[in-house]
Amino acid sequence: MSLDDYFHDETYFGDFTYRNSPQAIKRFPFPFPEDDYMYSVNMEPHVPGRKGSVFEHAFDVDEHYVAQMRDRARVLAEDPLRCQSLPHMTLAGWDLLELIMESFARDYPQWFELHKDGNRWHWINRPLGIDDKFTFLDESTLPYGPMEYITRQAQGDFTLQDQRNDNLWIEAGMVTTQADWSVDFDIGMNFHEWHAPVPLAREMGVFDRALKFLLQLQHGAPVRRFNWTMTVDPLLDTSPENYHKWGPSKTTMTRETIGRRQHLRVELQTLFRLPRSNAIAFPIRCYMISFQDLVTQPKWARRLHRVIRDLPEELATYKGFLRNRPLMVEYLSQFDDGKPTSPGWWPEDE
Amino acid sequence: MSVGATKIPVVVTEVVEVNSLIKRFRFVREDGGEMPGFSGGAHTVVEMDDGGTRRLNAYSLMSDPAERSGYEISVRRDDTGRGGSLFMHRHVKPGMRMLISPPVNLFGLDLRAKKHLLIAGGIGITPFIAQMAQLNALGARFELHYAARDRELGAYMTELSARYGDRVHRYYDVEGQAIDLPALLRGQPLGTHLYVCGPKGMIAWVLGTAGGMGWPKGALHSEEFLAPPVGQPFTAELAVSGITISVGAAQSLLEAIEAAGVEAPYLCRGGACGQCETRVLAAEGELLHHDHWLTDEQKAACGHIMPCVSRFKGARLVIER
Repeated sequence: MSLDDYFHDETYFGDFTYRNSPQAIKRFPFPFPEDDYMYSVNMEPHVPGRKGSVFEHAFDVDEHYVAQMRDRARVLAEDPLRCQSLPHMTLAGWDLLELIMESFARDYPQWFELHKDGNRWHWINRPLGIDDKFTFLDESTLPYGPMEYITRQAQGDFTLQDQRNDNLWIEAGMVTTQADWSVDFDIGMNFHEWHAPVPLAREMGVFDRALKFLLQLQHGAPVRRFNWTMTVDPLLDTSPENYHKWGPSKTTMTRETIGRRQHLRVELQTLFRLPRSNAIAFPIRCYMISFQDLVTQPKWARRLHRVIRDLPEELATYKGFLRNRPLMVEYLSQFDDGKPTSPGWWPEDE
Repeated sequence: MSVGATKIPVVVTEVVEVNSLIKRFRFVREDGGEMPGFSGGAHTVVEMDDGGTRRLNAYSLMSDPAERSGYEISVRRDDTGRGGSLFMHRHVKPGMRMLISPPVNLFGLDLRAKKHLLIAGGIGITPFIAQMAQLNALGARFELHYAARDRELGAYMTELSARYGDRVHRYYDVEGQAIDLPALLRGQPLGTHLYVCGPKGMIAWVLGTAGGMGWPKGALHSEEFLAPPVGQPFTAELAVSGITISVGAAQSLLEAIEAAGVEAPYLCRGGACGQCETRVLAAEGELLHHDHWLTDEQKAACGHIMPCVSRFKGARLVIER
């Protein structure tokens, strides 16, 4: 299969030609292991998962890779502040570049190659047509800073957290596929500050426990968790900066269009301790699936109906879909026959 | 370890007698691969099989973090300790296979600092050797003040002076030299971060002086690994496991838990990181807290114990493990 056959040519704005292939639907990371949902410090070791799943490798490169990188370049051209790195985070940027290049070259040798001769590195990225030689740890040999260089070639958003004073500080990030938050707004904040808008969780002590856990995160032992929300049309860039452009789309959905336009948006969040900087990398990988594709998996259709129907109102408000919840529940109820669902989220484990 | 990093099988390739008290050890991976990169100030936990007794001691990595062919540590012999350093000195030879943990850093550099002021006492020099290599490569501004008892025990002083020139300041106790700390601290530019590693008394003196002169708490960094103290034997009930264990005089509570086959989380094993914090369900007697993780209020409340260094004296101890 040639590169052009595998990687989709599709858009995430305007005419929204984004589509999941049947294989991509089957491997979609459905985030609900049970029929109800509440916050928890739901972190587990980020170890290789089932073959073909989004967990098979440390970083998932899928059929949307080329189109998503093109979309990132488009967003950055309009708003360069989506990528920022405070000066002391450059070393962490090199750590991230090394982590991604080594992972990509190891896990996808047909697409990526990394050759090292001491600090003289040669990087080949076939899907994006990149062939660069540079000196590791020497910024002057790359067209961008190390974090920007590598995250223009890696799907998902990335933030880098410095660790000091028993806290984590978000001090670098590439954020163009976000669920309504902004690195330009959050940069410099600590763990409790940037989580302040999240309802209910603080009272549950979730953040204190999560922070304590993350401060002890070890190199070589990454962890992962899911987050999720809802998006109308497959728009990757649901940013606060552009809310005026995408916010109103919530008001235009109808019974006739909901199956096609309403998307479950899932974030696969992973956390890696970085070696040289002792910072933590936080890749946030966004996956989207339309309701009409999701309901082709009977177990997911039943369960999503129950989760959305029973979700506390604070959460539906925070996630921005309270207005359309009745429409969603009505649509999904057609696919819920009331039968029990099996534990876990794998669609085939009926 | 609780958060899942797997240990690294290594081979000892060099054992060097640095002076009458200190030996240096070099480890390379058994499979010939590269070591993980690390940040200056990180330590590794070395696992020893001392005639059937499993010992786990943390040692600062002193090799250049950019150099991934191997790790180096220095071990000061403690003739009155529990035996870990004696084992390293007497039994660890080139060619021996050992297990070490991936690096963990509880004494990291703050890379925002305009200048890094490093103060070392004795064997406390080791994390700074790695930090200086890293700072030097980054082009960052730093200065080392290093005190030792005498010229013979001032490990690596000559090499460090040769490498970093007048950024290294040496002090010998027996020659009546001492760091003029108030003058040193007064002369630092705004944005300086201070790091101290050495004996307990030295750390208290440096942090106390700097704090008294108004240095911000976030600009002060210290590392002191406590060796678990020797004490009286005691017994402990592990409520979750449903067993009662005996803790020997030269054994820590954590080691006794592990020897009973019960998994317990840990990272530093020196009372600093907080990973092994365990709830105390009942204590008829006195908890002997030796850590610097729990606050004074928590220690007084007797609700938690750090089993890596703390002990118990009394009739009955029940912990949630």
